[in-house]
Amino acid sequence: MATVQEHLQSLMGNRVVETSGSSLSRETWNRLRHNRVALLGLGVIVFFVLIAIFAPWLAPYDPRATTWFDQIRPSSVPGPSREHLLGLDESGRDMLSRILYGARASLVIGVVSLAIGASIGAALGLLAGAFGGWVDSVIMRITDVMLAVPGLLLALSIAAVMGQSQVAVMVAVAVPNIPLFARLLRSSMMAERQKDYVSAATSVGLSRRPLVMSHIVPNSLGPMIVQGTLALATAVIDAAALSFLGLGSADPGVPEWGRMLANAQRYLNVAPHLSIIPGVVIFITVLGFNLFGEALREALDPKLRR
Amino acid sequence: MLKFILRRLLLLIPILIGLSFLLFVWVRALPGGPATALLGERATPERVAQVNAAYGFDKPVLEQYVKYLGRVARLEFGQSITLRKDVTDELFRRFPATIELAMAAMTFAICVGVPLGFAAAKRERSWVDNTAVIASLAGVSIPVFFLAQILKWIFALQLNWFPTIGRLQPTRELEHVTNFNTIDSILAMDMGALGDTLKHLVLPGIALGTIPLAIIARITRASVLEVLNEDYVRTARAKGMSRRIIDRRHVLRNALLPIVTVVGLQTGLLLSGAVLTETVFAWGGIGQLISGAVLDKDYPVIQGGVLFLAVVFVLVNLTVDVLYAVIDPRIRVH
Repeated sequence: MATVQEHLQSLMGNRVVETSGSSLSRETWNRLRHNRVALLGLGVIVFFVLIAIFAPWLAPYDPRATTWFDQIRPSSVPGPSREHLLGLDESGRDMLSRILYGARASLVIGVVSLAIGASIGAALGLLAGAFGGWVDSVIMRITDVMLAVPGLLLALSIAAVMGQSQVAVMVAVAVPNIPLFARLLRSSMMAERQKDYVSAATSVGLSRRPLVMSHIVPNSLGPMIVQGTLALATAVIDAAALSFLGLGSADPGVPEWGRMLANAQRYLNVAPHLSIIPGVVIFITVLGFNLFGEALREALDPKLRR
Repeated sequence: MLKFILRRLLLLIPILIGLSFLLFVWVRALPGGPATALLGERATPERVAQVNAAYGFDKPVLEQYVKYLGRVARLEFGQSITLRKDVTDELFRRFPATIELAMAAMTFAICVGVPLGFAAAKRERSWVDNTAVIASLAGVSIPVFFLAQILKWIFALQLNWFPTIGRLQPTRELEHVTNFNTIDSILAMDMGALGDTLKHLVLPGIALGTIPLAIIARITRASVLEVLNEDYVRTARAKGMSRRIIDRRHVLRNALLPIVTVVGLQTGLLLSGAVLTETVFAWGGIGQLISGAVLDKDYPVIQGGVLFLAVVFVLVNLTVDVLYAVIDPRIRVH
């Protein structure tokens, strides 16, 4: 599998990226600043984060209050109006408030699961890359097994076993990330090892730990940051997918974008806004992370550097 | 070549053992154990003990695992708790539906993705290219379950062009020989059923095919761009060959390899990843089976289904690797 995927990755631009300290991060930032796509993506991300943080102040109503339930009929659910900018949902709750609070759930699940997945993955990759030999072989075989199951399927079976809760979703979304980050850090460390500065450091008698921790690892971080941004996009989508399949919070009052879409299915014909609003919101958020991640990758790519 | 295939098949064994172990441990790590999972939180201790004895959950864990592994090796996943049917039978009965949907999705993805990527690469940095790049990013960003609903709303509910759910009109009678509705309707010489089957395939196929489409378009673009910069293309141009011949003989042929590979890898993902699309369109394949089992906590089905799809995924990937080595003489297999 290795040859094919490596070839594809190089085509897709997942190249191991050369980085060289602080001047580079400034250079990267300079390049991002002039990239409209990057700014657009960044804008979407910032907007989403602000909404998640300030949801209680922004939301016009309590997202759980079914105050307007008497306006709901099986044949009609009130759409956008002056009082309810995004309309009501099928239980007579204010859509806008639920969307705003839903950003919170998405952000928390996304960030926590990324943190779990990336840190465990990075730790495994670090061990494999630093020690090589049988440690490397064992860790790589473990990642082989994990990669043998498509990510969403792995997440689904973990969440199914853990039961309905947001913690389960976090763990489930995190696990498929572990092998990705482990392999990425390992392969960029391997590439760094071939560089002249490593042989130079070894030849002046630098021992392994400072060599790995203060030279190889910092230089291998670029691809990890790119992967992290793109993984957040996947995390938001996967968390919504699990919630759509009924695996989110056990409390139906908790606003989650994925579940809003699941509930909307029965009303597709009479109230398409129930489906369109959360769907578009997920789409824009994920697109934001993808746009920024792609721009970041381009900015870090030495091949494109002038 | 044979050695390569054998080695890859041998690698399947640790993968399957590891995976079955993960699934095995997960179920047993549940709070209250698998018996509580089966019976619910309020089960009496006597009933729990009864179930534990019946399923062998009271035996040492290692013994349980070895037994479990033996059953898995014989493809025995047990009885579904809610459907009261044999899990293996059910998986094989539904697999053709999943394959059919995956094929429809892949056909759509290739027919749109390859020309799109090719056009984008030929006019790099033009509006065609920019549109293709943005469209492919949008394609991977749209949640499948949302796209599926929107397609259903517009084309099935509003315009009435296509059916909303299922694989065949319930009123239509078709003898299910292979369970592939396309093949069955051809065997029965029933053109009405064939048309109906194809109509049912359109919307789920588009929904499921959008992500592979985006990825195929992207790979095609990158791959064609790479080939366009090769010396032999410049030489061909310098010799005064016509553009069309260069495109066909040199560019497309050399750019094809990564495209074929990504198509293979995506096929594996489609076969295994149709859970969301199948759920929205009530497709009746393995994906819908699993998503239902998840809600019902039907562990034999989840375990069997996930293992089954993982095996399919690994086997498809293996086939892709072998094909890759066959198509490209530059890759030597060690």
